[in-house]
Amino acid sequence: MTTIDLGLPELGGLAGVPTTDEPQKAKDYKSDQEVRWCPGCGDYIVLNAVQSFLPSLGLKRENIVFVSGIGCSSRFPYYMNTYGMHSIHGRAPAIATGLAVSRPDLSVWVVTGDGDALSIGGNHLIHTLRRNVNLKILLFNNRIYGLTKGQYSPTSETGKITKSTPAGSLDHPFNPVSLALGAEASFVGRALDSDKKGLTEVLRQAAEHRGSALVEIYQNCPIFNDGAFDVLKDADDAKRRIINLEHGKPITFGVDGEYGVVRSGFAGLEVAKISEVGMESVVVHDATLEDPSYAFALSRLSAQDLSHTVTGVFRNVKRTTYDDAARDQVEKAKAAKPADLAALLRGKDTWTVLSD
Amino acid sequence: MIRFAGDSGDGMQLTGDRFTSEAAAFGNDLATQPNFPAEIRAPQGTLPGVSSFQLHFADYDILTPGDRPDVLVAMNPAALKANIKDLPKGGILIVNTDEFNKRNLVKVGYATNPLEDDSLADFQVHEVAMATITIGALEETGLGKKDAERAKNMFALGLLSWMYHRPTEGTERFLREKFSKKPDIAEANVLAFRAGYYYGETTESFAVTYEVAPAKLNTGTYRQITGNTALAYGLVAAGQQSGLPIVLGTYPITPASDILHELSKHKNFGITTLQAEDEIAGIGAALGASYGGALGVTSTSGPGIALKSETIGLAVMTELPLLIIDVQRGGPSTGLPTKTEQSDLLQAMFGRNGESPVPIVSPRSPSDCFDAAMDAVRIALTYRTPVLLLSDGAIANGSEPWLIPDVDDLPDLSVEFATEPNATDGSGEFWPYVRDPETLARPWAIPGTPGLQHRIGGLEKADNTGNISYEPDNHDRMVRLRQAKVDGIEVPDAIVDDPTGDAKVLVVGWGSSYGPIGAAARRVRKLGLPVAHVHLRHLNPFPKNLGDVLSRYDKVIAPEMNLGQLALLLRAKYLVDVMSYTKVQGLPFKAEELQDVLADVIKGVGA
Repeated sequence: MTTIDLGLPELGGLAGVPTTDEPQKAKDYKSDQEVRWCPGCGDYIVLNAVQSFLPSLGLKRENIVFVSGIGCSSRFPYYMNTYGMHSIHGRAPAIATGLAVSRPDLSVWVVTGDGDALSIGGNHLIHTLRRNVNLKILLFNNRIYGLTKGQYSPTSETGKITKSTPAGSLDHPFNPVSLALGAEASFVGRALDSDKKGLTEVLRQAAEHRGSALVEIYQNCPIFNDGAFDVLKDADDAKRRIINLEHGKPITFGVDGEYGVVRSGFAGLEVAKISEVGMESVVVHDATLEDPSYAFALSRLSAQDLSHTVTGVFRNVKRTTYDDAARDQVEKAKAAKPADLAALLRGKDTWTVLSD
Repeated sequence: MIRFAGDSGDGMQLTGDRFTSEAAAFGNDLATQPNFPAEIRAPQGTLPGVSSFQLHFADYDILTPGDRPDVLVAMNPAALKANIKDLPKGGILIVNTDEFNKRNLVKVGYATNPLEDDSLADFQVHEVAMATITIGALEETGLGKKDAERAKNMFALGLLSWMYHRPTEGTERFLREKFSKKPDIAEANVLAFRAGYYYGETTESFAVTYEVAPAKLNTGTYRQITGNTALAYGLVAAGQQSGLPIVLGTYPITPASDILHELSKHKNFGITTLQAEDEIAGIGAALGASYGGALGVTSTSGPGIALKSETIGLAVMTELPLLIIDVQRGGPSTGLPTKTEQSDLLQAMFGRNGESPVPIVSPRSPSDCFDAAMDAVRIALTYRTPVLLLSDGAIANGSEPWLIPDVDDLPDLSVEFATEPNATDGSGEFWPYVRDPETLARPWAIPGTPGLQHRIGGLEKADNTGNISYEPDNHDRMVRLRQAKVDGIEVPDAIVDDPTGDAKVLVVGWGSSYGPIGAAARRVRKLGLPVAHVHLRHLNPFPKNLGDVLSRYDKVIAPEMNLGQLALLLRAKYLVDVMSYTKVQGLPFKAEELQDVLADVIKGVGA
């Protein structure tokens, strides 16, 4: 099998989507529907962050589409005054792929959860990421099933006591960032619902990226898994646990920045005290590295018990998107051969029956 | 009628295909029926590995690939054993003797060599050492023995071409094109083909040759076409006639994959083909494309429909156009992937949760797939609904002459997207579920249209506004509206074929049984037994006159390649005592057997 260099021009994530000079506000993105998440749900904060962030893109509102699956977070599109589809469980990436392939003038966002994206829809997620369809996928991870009232999810910690696992869950959880990088996602980021600034920055970079962008958002479920991320929200505790990535900067953290990420073993990374290893050993973050192994090693610094959690943009590399390539094939075929229906129907071998 | 049978590696499908093209070029009417194993290469020389290709050509219009061949070409003992029961007494049997060695005979359970005992005494047997002669004919080409031996299928084709006075230029040209990158192989195949032709000409054993005159068909220009190709062309035409880009989201599955292969060649018509990660993603992408204003299509077979069911339900709820093609095969489960059946009717009709009505369209022959595809698209676009098109393996792989339509005569399928707010309360809003009073279709408002931003989804919609609603009366109303929309789809009246007008028995069929039923009806009429035949293109909704038609006859019989699925629907809807005749062997009905069935019924009511 030969591979073909498509020679496509490099485009920004939003190239082709019409813009407007009209100033936009967050409230322009609020629909007339009453938001019906439980009081205190992390989804409110994320909705608010997205509505506040979108005006900065300057896109025509009618050219933005939110597609979701099933789950609490998947009600998201109803609350956005854009186009939207609340589809079926796990299938949003597939539906969004068909939309993105046929409509280069749309900015397509997928809203999904840990059950929707990683359990029932795991297959679509990894294939969308490997194809690199120009979609922005917001994965709300609350580590529980909320809509079905409290069963463990594929990101719940092993041993978790839930309604369906009274003796503790047996499953080993997914690390969504590791999974996405395993599928060679071209953009992977993570943020906390409560960190509006950090979340907005990851969203901004995701929007500018041309290709699939997976953004995992840690989100609190106050009813069935309350406080799941509290250790990341306590001011001092958070500093000891959260390793925030900034492209081009040494990866350091801690109350006084006393910890750093250093190389370890064969292509691995680990946390060390800077005072013991020296600042020169601390890895300078490069999200654009082609080899996903580095970003994968970063993702492995996150632990089930949240003793460490890496946030920010892990990987941001350029790769031809599936939808650009698919449209390019169609355009080239059109240019090479006129759409002559009569000639197609006739084919090569015909015969004619004449009247007697 | 000729049947080529051999090992699945022997090139029987190619041989049959070429003979078909020769017959078509000569102006014969024809119908073909390939029959091959699901395994790509089943163990050599065994019964499961037998591949055959039957071709019926004549100087009159033909409805079926034929029941029993006049000529059987058996390339090995397995092919003989699997097919000899279909050869009528006195039929011509051409045998490749080279494969009739002890090992091959034992493999298929022949205790003695049938060529040496009396078991074939009823037939005109012609023993030809095809491999030996082919190898001999190719000696001077310097080709290895193994490669030379592989050209024996072309030897068989040459021999048959001589017997039936087929033109040979087309096949020689075809071989040179097919092997254009390997000219030596091309020449070897041409040589083998000629060797077969000359063998017939010079061997005394073939005293009689056959000449079949061109058939009397309606005037016009014809080509040979298979059902899957005709279906793909129907989609290309529907794209052109609607002005919409087509997005095929699909996953390979037998016997539907050729639709993907064919459409992927026609990107110049604005067609995007997406081979998805699974059946669900295939239809998901198609629905996503439809949401964006393209014509979304997905193609599959029964097992794939099972997986797509939830998305079909979403399309019912979101009321978006979508075409779902089911090329039926033997079921349940993986069933008989390469064999035909029409047992997905009730799955198409009811195979979803909730009250989820979906229109069903079914082609009756290979060339009819073109019209059926365009009609299915018309319904999908006009009524904003998913439509199921039920083809089957016999139609998909079978071929027949097709009167090529004039492009100017094709129906206009253009649609209008919504561009303006439509709220009926004067609010100036856009309501996605306000219906057209005629069709009950909702507006198709695609993303990118200013001012019409709205949200749709799988949750129940409030009438008109489309907002989420759990209100009891609203749900009841919406369920009934969706049903009424499908019930109200305009379909042409059923046309009854009853030449004498005095039939008391009606035979009703759908799909690929059109050929055998039609042929059987002709046969019984020739015996002086009148019978009426109605063949249904639209299975949901049924034609409006169908109830009247059914009630006009003393007896209604429905032959089906399932256990009576159409009969069940007709009985339920029209309270008519429909008699069922069923067979599920993975093969089409034979006109002969249906003739007997119909004759018995007609005699029973006293013609």
